[in-house]
Amino acid sequence: MNEGAKKTLKRLLIAVPLMFAFGFALVPLYDVFCEVTGINGKVFQSKNVDKLVIEDGRPIGLQFISTNNENMPWVFKPSEEVMTISTGKYYTATFYVKNTTNKKMTAQAVPSVAPSNAAAHLKKLECFCFEQQVLMPGEEALLPVKLLVSNDLPKNIKNITLSYTIFDITEYEDASMANNEMNHENMDNHGGQY
Amino acid sequence: MSSAVENHHEDHHHGPAKGLTRWLYTTNHKDIGTLYLWFSFAMFLIGGAMAMVIRAELFQPGMQIIEPEFYNQMITLHGLIMIFGGVMPAFVGLANWLVPMMIGAPDMALPRMNNLSFWILPFAFFILLSSLFMEGGAPNFGWTFYAPLSTTYAPPSVTFFIFSVHIMGASSIMGAINIVVTIMNMRAPGVGLMKMPLFVWSWLITAYLLIAVMPVLAAAVTMMLMDIHFGTSFFNAAGGGDPVLFQHIFWFFGHPEVYIMILPAFGIVSHIIETFSRKQLFGYASMVWAMLSIAILSFVVWAHHMFTVGLPLAAELFFMWATMLIAVPTGVKVFNWIATMFRGSITFETPMLFAIAFVVLFTMGGFSGLMLAITPADFQYHDTYFVVAHFHYVLVPGAIFSIMAAVYYWIPKWTGNMYDERLGKLHFWLSFIGVNVTFFPQHFIGLAGMPRRVPDYALQFADWNMVSSVGAFLFGLSQVFFLFIVIKTVMGGKKATAQVWEGARGLEWTVASPAPYHTFTTPPKID
Amino acid sequence: MSLKSLKNFPNKLIFIFILFTNSVQADWFALNMTRGVTDISNEVFELHMLIFWICVAIGVVVFSVMFYSMYAHTKKKNPVAATFHENTKVEIAWTIIPFLILIAMAIPASKTLVNIYDDEAGDINIQVTGYQWKWQYRYLEDDISFFANPATDLDEIYNLVPKGENYLQEVDEMVLIPVGKKIRFLITANDVIHSWWMPAFAIKQDAIPGFVNTAWTIVDKPGIYRGKCTELCGKNHGFMPIVVKVVEQAEYDEWVGEKKEAAFKMAELTTKDWSVEELVARGEDVYALNCVACHQTAGQGIPGIFPALAGSDIALNNKARHIEILMEGVQGAAMNSFDYLSEVELAAVITYTRQAWGNAKSGDGEIVIPKDIVDYKEPKI
Repeated sequence: MNEGAKKTLKRLLIAVPLMFAFGFALVPLYDVFCEVTGINGKVFQSKNVDKLVIEDGRPIGLQFISTNNENMPWVFKPSEEVMTISTGKYYTATFYVKNTTNKKMTAQAVPSVAPSNAAAHLKKLECFCFEQQVLMPGEEALLPVKLLVSNDLPKNIKNITLSYTIFDITEYEDASMANNEMNHENMDNHGGQY
Repeated sequence: MSSAVENHHEDHHHGPAKGLTRWLYTTNHKDIGTLYLWFSFAMFLIGGAMAMVIRAELFQPGMQIIEPEFYNQMITLHGLIMIFGGVMPAFVGLANWLVPMMIGAPDMALPRMNNLSFWILPFAFFILLSSLFMEGGAPNFGWTFYAPLSTTYAPPSVTFFIFSVHIMGASSIMGAINIVVTIMNMRAPGVGLMKMPLFVWSWLITAYLLIAVMPVLAAAVTMMLMDIHFGTSFFNAAGGGDPVLFQHIFWFFGHPEVYIMILPAFGIVSHIIETFSRKQLFGYASMVWAMLSIAILSFVVWAHHMFTVGLPLAAELFFMWATMLIAVPTGVKVFNWIATMFRGSITFETPMLFAIAFVVLFTMGGFSGLMLAITPADFQYHDTYFVVAHFHYVLVPGAIFSIMAAVYYWIPKWTGNMYDERLGKLHFWLSFIGVNVTFFPQHFIGLAGMPRRVPDYALQFADWNMVSSVGAFLFGLSQVFFLFIVIKTVMGGKKATAQVWEGARGLEWTVASPAPYHTFTTPPKID
Repeated sequence: MSLKSLKNFPNKLIFIFILFTNSVQADWFALNMTRGVTDISNEVFELHMLIFWICVAIGVVVFSVMFYSMYAHTKKKNPVAATFHENTKVEIAWTIIPFLILIAMAIPASKTLVNIYDDEAGDINIQVTGYQWKWQYRYLEDDISFFANPATDLDEIYNLVPKGENYLQEVDEMVLIPVGKKIRFLITANDVIHSWWMPAFAIKQDAIPGFVNTAWTIVDKPGIYRGKCTELCGKNHGFMPIVVKVVEQAEYDEWVGEKKEAAFKMAELTTKDWSVEELVARGEDVYALNCVACHQTAGQGIPGIFPALAGSDIALNNKARHIEILMEGVQGAAMNSFDYLSEVELAAVITYTRQAWGNAKSGDGEIVIPKDIVDYKEPKI
């Protein structure tokens, strides 16, 4: 094989694993792209919320939906299904959960926002979806979401739907992607409203 | 035919080895080309048999022959086998036979890797097909294997499916590397890049596409494997993953893949139309730029397969416009083919019949593709039989017809025998009628509301489904006839000259028919 | 009427043909997309026809040149081929002109897409959840919730009885919406990816587990409209239709009232006294809707894939485990949790499977009443 052929071959043999790695790189790239452009309805914990100016904006409707993924027997529903809020101010909404089985279970809530371009303007200071939720048999709880819809929400959006799906991850507890922290209010204690 | 100095590999014999082990150990590009072609023909018939089962069940409303679970296995395997076992290996086989001869090279750059690239394929497909007999059955989640249907809800055979895909991917990647190294480094002096035959150009571009995207497919199935067996959550929302991410990664591979399946066809058709119009191909440079544009654009349109997953408006608009744009270079190619024919001196031998049918019917598939690109309309077309009609038009009277055209065109060079022209034309007409009767009505039922991947349907779709099935049976039978024609030709026929076709141009027509086992052991003189 | 009595070959052919055509509902004229019954669906239809006719026009122009050439430039008619083989001006021309045509198409297409995405709150919000293999609908404002199960009889599917007019397009519970109001659909899925398609409204959105997609419509015309699942979702992907009935406001309000009342009554049923016969009868229906796909009509299952219930140890001897499985599913297997069924339905189907197919005689004969299910859900500290 001549020199040129060897060179081409070397280059291609490097290109192949590079493209394989690129396939895997698409995973974090996808999240980065979504975060930077604010699209796809993914919401992340807001870091610089203290710097946000808190002032009255305009009224918008906030709608909450809950879904149980299959094999998830808990009772799970929003305390209030619709709230009229003002942009630029903090609100706390709660979701009621109850473990109706006779086993200790762990759940993960996954959020989704519609319309998807509202996600960038929905800042969450606190959300039960950031951590796993562990409930003992029969235990119930009120899980909070503390959020703010910023004033720069596009004018044509007047209603936002925030949906949570809970999944049973009792098995995945060890190899999880969320922190292993319990963070919920028990109904017998203070109501948890801010 | 060469009396020049033998390459040092051929110290011990002047021709092929004797016996069956010749085929096992061969490093000769002609032998390996033959292996790929026969393998792909066998897979085409197996995938075709599955299509017959599918169309038999769809012949009438109601479940008559098989159960819905098995139907899903049939559609999945039909797609996988036709794409990875039929079309792709056939084009690789043609590349193996023709590229070295067309550039005046003695063989491929890496002959032993060439052998390995082929022989892992029957192994991979043996595994895939044997999954039919595993507990839980064969893969049943469509050839596009979306998560979580293909991860959490998959039958146990999914692991073998993943293994099989890895092996097929390795075969394609090794083959593509071989082709690029060969074309970039072994062209005879005088064969400049802008003088190469278009089939060689088409394969150079296709090979780069393969190297770029097959590893991404490998990444996708590896992530699947990890989700299924190693507790990761790439595509599982519960663990923070996203089923839509799977679709992005898959179609990043999947869209260039469909251009991988058509670019070599473009090359073949250019050769055949030039020969039988007895007129030099119109717009060579344009044709090269068109193929390059198509290849580059193919990387930025993947999400047009995902218009209904809930993409933001900006994304939908971008992908709509980018997809529509591909029509421009594709149209340029069609115009150039017609301009080649215009004021030529045309005869209609079997290869030309298939090539002309390709131009018309592939273009029809292109039109339905353009309609699909229009996002708001796609909301009504997506996942219906309109899509099935579109891709079968570009793949069957598109890619498959080009392969048949290539076989008829070059088989005199490969075997030294002319095929029977009357039988060839009969095969063409049966296939032409069959393919249109099968797939044209699928536009209707798709528009009228029939989803895809269903074993049964509401009554208003019954008439055209029956017509489609009749067409499919005709088309299927015609391919058994094609097998007969090919075998007959291999076994004997009117002797072919070196030139074979009056208007044919290219280095492969300067060697004898059948081509000697070793050709261009010394580089040819090019003017 | 015998084949012999048909005098000639064409008649024989027609007879055989009619034999094959299954029903009068088959339709040679089902050729095109529906116009639908909304402004958006009409816009989409017009767009579709526009692009279609442009493609036809281009095809006619381009292929007529080709067909002309195939006629006039054969070797016989034109024995000496021309020699031209390139022309830069022409290449530029037939690059630019198609590009301009594409722009002409892209403008109305983009406008329609922007209209579709103009997604604001609905007067009525309906959460649509895809399950294997049925749809669930939840009206968020009125808190009405129900499943729409496919209603075509298995006997029709397996060709034992003639197929009805709405074969594979009927459900046991239609989605009602009022004319003229903006309806917003919030679409998600419970297990795998499904897709909710209503051709008459030009709505198709994938139902993805863990995520919510939105779609909206305003329907002008009352009527019954039928749609389908359009994403491969397993065995019965082809058997989970969608039926939406659009009615006048008054009829809609009445329906909402009825549904709310029914929900109230169902809550009451849970506390009533049930006899074994009543439970078994009710359970048989629940079984037919929810269990038969996998466990089969005689409870025999499919060996190696779905376990048999007839003669199963759990159904005979282990009432507690039996309830547990229905309430929680089986991890790592295809058996889902069915806790979304009402207490009455759960008790009925468990009782039915403990009694049917000889299980009553061979087993401990224990049955389950709705209160058992309520108790199971109670805190056990």
